[in-house]
Amino acid sequence: MTGHSPTEMMVVAGARAMAGTRVCFVGIGLPNIAVALAQRTVAPAIELIYESGVYGARPSRLPLSIGDPCLVTGATAAMGMLELFQYYLQRGLVDLGFLGAAQLDRYGNVNTTVIGPYDAPRTRLPGSGGASEIAQNAREVFVLMRQSRRSFVPRVDFVTSSGRGLSRVITDLGEFAHRDGELTLTHLHPGVDVDQVREATGWPLSVAADLAESAPPTDAELRLLREELDPDRTYLR
Amino acid sequence: MSKVVTMAEAVAAYVPDGATVAIEGFTHLISFAAGHEVIRQRRRDLTLCRLTPDVVYDQMVGAGVARKLVFSWLGNPGVGSLHAIRRAVESGALEIEEYSHFGMVGRYAAGAANLPFYPLRSYLDSDLPAVNPALRTVRSPYDGEEIHVVPPLRPDVTIVHAQRADRDGNTQVWGLLGCQKEAAFAAAHVVVVAEEVVDPQVIRADPNRTLIPGLVVDAVVHCPRGAHPSFAQGHYDRDNAFYLAWDAVSRDPARLAAWLDEWVYGTADHAGYLDRLGADRWTGLTPGPARSGTVDYGDYR
Repeated sequence: MTGHSPTEMMVVAGARAMAGTRVCFVGIGLPNIAVALAQRTVAPAIELIYESGVYGARPSRLPLSIGDPCLVTGATAAMGMLELFQYYLQRGLVDLGFLGAAQLDRYGNVNTTVIGPYDAPRTRLPGSGGASEIAQNAREVFVLMRQSRRSFVPRVDFVTSSGRGLSRVITDLGEFAHRDGELTLTHLHPGVDVDQVREATGWPLSVAADLAESAPPTDAELRLLREELDPDRTYLR
Repeated sequence: MSKVVTMAEAVAAYVPDGATVAIEGFTHLISFAAGHEVIRQRRRDLTLCRLTPDVVYDQMVGAGVARKLVFSWLGNPGVGSLHAIRRAVESGALEIEEYSHFGMVGRYAAGAANLPFYPLRSYLDSDLPAVNPALRTVRSPYDGEEIHVVPPLRPDVTIVHAQRADRDGNTQVWGLLGCQKEAAFAAAHVVVVAEEVVDPQVIRADPNRTLIPGLVVDAVVHCPRGAHPSFAQGHYDRDNAFYLAWDAVSRDPARLAAWLDEWVYGTADHAGYLDRLGADRWTGLTPGPARSGTVDYGDYR
């Protein structure tokens, strides 16, 4: 299999970062694909938790929403959300959670609430959902998103969830880790240079001394993505 | 005594103008039929509570029934925005009170358990408490730890859809359970909308599956497929095509008004809505069987 898209590289990097993860709190969209890929490659023992109230999901199709019936059929447990948030998340049983972000700043603060002032928003976004509690209670938190100056901003308009718990950001250009209180570029994807990342980052970019290049997706990874996990190319355009 | 009534009777009796209403169900079992009847009866000034307002509240806000929205995630799941609500929020026409999912669930739990607040580990360094003064902190009297708290939420009426209930309102649900149990126990009145109204013996044969007892239920409405376009586990699938198509409808106020005219004001009840939807709609939405095993409760006579 030859060639790969930046989005495929991002999802593959996200999956590899989950090596050894046991319990993962999953969102919809790209993280869902990354988790499914990890389950078939580096993290075969991973257990999926969905905030809709499912532990140990084995989805038989790619769910459009996090409340899809395919998450329940064949799962280890289905429960009320109070039980899930209290006993699984707040109890500290979740190793890794994924957050979506409309805006992200250099400290890892995430905004999914408003663009512009809260009381007179230019754009009203969905809000927290489970993000605020996932950020605080999951052992590690990843953001998986395409990178641009529009989304990687000097200061988020609203802190929906604090950057304190955010450990890694994986984008279509490279990978960031939370080091010394700020997001630091640790990996470049093949064919990307630091200037490209700087161009797509709205704050003075901090680059790790040990900056590395991500290994390109393997044939096996690409085959799983294209033939099994997203054959209709719903997410991996 | 049977509590079975029509949807029109239930809404007329338990959803007055100005009421605080929770139509709960997380993606699963959302009573669109109840939402439509509230629109048909032209209720006004409602405070609508739901973790995820979903398309049902987008329709209700678009129809002008609401004054205020209490929520934790405002979107069309897997699709994008709820445009009618977004327009109302951005123009300032709709008041909002915003939490996180755990915060909303905790609010119902405090209401259900008759407690003054619910403590949770969330909102640390978030801007949410700055814009919602109901998000506060208390100090533990045991070790001094400071923790965020949310106030109880006690709806005037909670409306839930379920796979089955008996005539007294004893209600069984399987699949995603959301926060219907907490929202029901927290409310002054409860309306249960059921795919099937079953003999009490069906309920008693499987007591662990009872989510809400008739003890807290005021009315039972028999309304098959009343959760469309959301789903009822084992009965019908989520109509994702409807959710995807809703985006273009709700984006345009004129199209939204035409949709409400055709599908809500233009139908007498949910049976009329289903007629318009047509029988063919269900062919792709009917799952195959995946039956649970049975357990033996034991006979102790």
